[in-house]
Amino acid sequence: MTRLLQTITLGAFLLNSVCATLSAQDGSVPDDVLASQAKRIAAIKKASAATVMVFANEGKGGGSGVLISKDGYALSNYHVVQPAGTAMKCAINDGKLYDAVLVSIDPVGDVALIKLLGRNDFPVATLEDSDKVRAGDWCFAVGNPFLLATDFNPTVTYGIVSGVHRYQYPAGTLLEYADCIQTDASINPGNSGGPLFNENGDLIGINGRGSFEKRGRVNVGVGYAISINQIKHFMGFLYSGRILDHATLGATVSTDENGNVIVTNISEASDAYRRGLRYGDQLLSFGGRNITTVNGFKNVLGIYPRGWRVPISFLHEGDRIDTFVRLTGVHSPEELLARVQPNRQQPQGAPMPEGAPKDSPAEPTERNLPDVVKPYFAARRGFANFHFNKSNQARIWNSYTSQTKPDEIRGDWTLRGKLGNLGDASIVLTKTRVDADLPQGKAFAVLDNDLGQQEAPRGSGGLLVALHLWKHIQQSGLSQFGDVYYLGSMPTPKHTEKQDVLVATHSVIECRFYFSPSTGLLTSMEMYPDLGVDPCEIYFSEYESVNGRMLPRHMEIIHGDTIYGDLLIEDFELNDTGATE
Amino acid sequence: MMKHIFLAVLISIAGTLNAANATDFSVTSAGVQPNMVKIYGAGGIRGLEGYQSGFLISEQGHILTVWSYVLDTDYITITLDDGRKFQGEIVGADPRLEIAVLKIETDGLQHFKLSDVVGVNPGSRILAFSNLFKIATGDEPNSVLHGIVAAKTPLNARRGAFKTTYKGPVYILDAITNNPGAAGGALTTRNGELAGLLGKELRNSQNGTWLNYAIPISELTSAVEDIIAGRTRPRSLDEEAIRPDIPHTLKALGIQMVPDVLAKTPPFVDSITAGSEAEKKGLRPDDLILYINDRRVDSCTTLRSELELIDQIDDVTLVIQREDELTEIVLQGE
Repeated sequence: MTRLLQTITLGAFLLNSVCATLSAQDGSVPDDVLASQAKRIAAIKKASAATVMVFANEGKGGGSGVLISKDGYALSNYHVVQPAGTAMKCAINDGKLYDAVLVSIDPVGDVALIKLLGRNDFPVATLEDSDKVRAGDWCFAVGNPFLLATDFNPTVTYGIVSGVHRYQYPAGTLLEYADCIQTDASINPGNSGGPLFNENGDLIGINGRGSFEKRGRVNVGVGYAISINQIKHFMGFLYSGRILDHATLGATVSTDENGNVIVTNISEASDAYRRGLRYGDQLLSFGGRNITTVNGFKNVLGIYPRGWRVPISFLHEGDRIDTFVRLTGVHSPEELLARVQPNRQQPQGAPMPEGAPKDSPAEPTERNLPDVVKPYFAARRGFANFHFNKSNQARIWNSYTSQTKPDEIRGDWTLRGKLGNLGDASIVLTKTRVDADLPQGKAFAVLDNDLGQQEAPRGSGGLLVALHLWKHIQQSGLSQFGDVYYLGSMPTPKHTEKQDVLVATHSVIECRFYFSPSTGLLTSMEMYPDLGVDPCEIYFSEYESVNGRMLPRHMEIIHGDTIYGDLLIEDFELNDTGATE
Repeated sequence: MMKHIFLAVLISIAGTLNAANATDFSVTSAGVQPNMVKIYGAGGIRGLEGYQSGFLISEQGHILTVWSYVLDTDYITITLDDGRKFQGEIVGADPRLEIAVLKIETDGLQHFKLSDVVGVNPGSRILAFSNLFKIATGDEPNSVLHGIVAAKTPLNARRGAFKTTYKGPVYILDAITNNPGAAGGALTTRNGELAGLLGKELRNSQNGTWLNYAIPISELTSAVEDIIAGRTRPRSLDEEAIRPDIPHTLKALGIQMVPDVLAKTPPFVDSITAGSEAEKKGLRPDDLILYINDRRVDSCTTLRSELELIDQIDDVTLVIQREDELTEIVLQGE
């Protein structure tokens, strides 16, 4: 008993403030302490179950990951899957090893999506709102540091959040950690790609980097996690099988002597320039956040994918301008492809997958894949895994055409109705011409000529060509239209629900078709006659069933900052064979 | 068997208390951050970081930090937690404690009160605030790390292992607090009470390990007060200082300094006259003179000016730095 008391006394001394809550006589523990303990145990149990231990084939290293869907989609780091290649083995703490296949990569954000195969009831992590995370919050990392988890039980390291909205520079143009979470929970080689949880066991980030400098590649109390909110922005694109790019504004900024963030350079080809942003303007807010530092600007820029339209506010010659700006890519597609090729040096700061060789080939190939993986992989240049792009294209197109039955209307189309309250409008779409009779006068497009040069009617940005391409993709289908790929899903200024986007290029004209995932219908399209100009945007709404076919009664046409008009269609004349054919 | 059960219970209590106070640290952190500053100065080359940390200790903008090469410039920039930038002036330094007090020209600042400093014991939960690795810029908050005080022990317990002039007691921490740029940061209790100053990076020259430690503020308080009160300022800066008829001279003491060629030539001893008082008391070439009669000397010019204020009949007490050791030498008056 004396020894018992000694033990208790020693423990109480060490635990400092515990003394008051501990009854030294009977060793009983207060209920709130037990409840708190139970809560932590439950959080770790829940979090550990969704944590993935990634083992690359042929001993090419590994790392960690976290499951986010019951059918096996899991997040990891680009720098973990890059040496692993297309197929890898993943373990979870049910004690089983699963085959997994690469889905998409985001090399700038150091994120990868993989899919574990073989189950439809995987345990999944709950995604938290990481903007709620505060410095000082408890957090814990779960993963596979030093690839210790050969028994498939992950390592848990506890710590606090040391900082939020941190900016860590990229290596070249890849592996930029913008708006990331800094933690003193131990993040070591092999933790990469693994989850950072809050104290409730909800996912707040993906660990992937640390500050090391002169003390070797082990934790020195400074690890960084990609915020889960950033990944949520990319999520709609990560299912696409693509190699994703991050965004630029087309402008650079710096802080002036008054602490204002000022535009110091702007590309005249950028959408920001077309929206009125100029050299010397003061940036007020971007992506809904007030901008007070250059890091703050980079943080916002870093969390958005290429192609998103993001709200921006700035002061131009004393006037405040609030608008949306289209973000262009950090790289051209070819540049990005060249950068994710093998034999690339690993960047400083990235805790490499433990045991990975310096340069390991990751050329996608269908050979040497396990049989179970083969149905989930298709190689195509420029894609991480074209299988997932193809299957999403089919999903969207089948859902749309099942409601619109374009096979039955392969001839000429005539739309009759009103252009707003300006008067009657009719548009005749044939194989060779588009002719419009509008309140402003007649307009036409000749389809044998260069489509990119025909912006009729004036001020619309090319409405007639856009309507032709709208008709043409329905009549020809995706495979005959031109080069088509699935961009992923993203929000638009007009839709709160993320829209599925198909990018289709016909001759040199790029069109984006936006579909509602809930209705399957086409909600808008953008037609870009050329690079560096505003597209002609058409927003389709008021769908009605006409002869068993869903058709939009309302088309709003927008070009740049101006609304061209609202086309209200009273009569669709859609022929099943072309009169001019 | 029973013993193990009790230990298990105790360990689990340690864990659960953390969870029970889950929201405390974010509140503490938010409360401490306005006291913290980012310091930018000399460096930035050959692995020498040009930045360090510090914290406000007065409403009028006094800042406590470590004395280092970062401050060895006329252009020290201080960035406050709210992003405001100021030029920092060195009020004074104590190389024996490796601390410096800076000042910025402003008022009404939230700060740590040195009178409210607390001591912490082994086992105490602590937070460490610093701008390690220069992660934060502008109005971004400093980093906060958590840990436990592992021991309170004199730093010279391992003599020769650590290259530092500070020999007093330190808090040894179980968190990796002493990273590049962390020096000058604040060690606080879980409630945000100031307990220590994060020290410079120290690597054990015998086994290569890095030390994570903080100097208890109570070891620094009187030195900081002396600096702020001007008690370590060179007397020669005071025009009304009384000048003796026959002061000491370097020549009479047997000391030749290095050629005075810079605006602030560091006061290194060049040679010692054979048979002089300086030789008898052990002063050597290459010694760097830091203090003369408790007044800080930062140049050969200041050294000469200070000597002119000391009567030849009075003793001259020098604090010199010889490699990494600080030594006190008393030269007798005549």
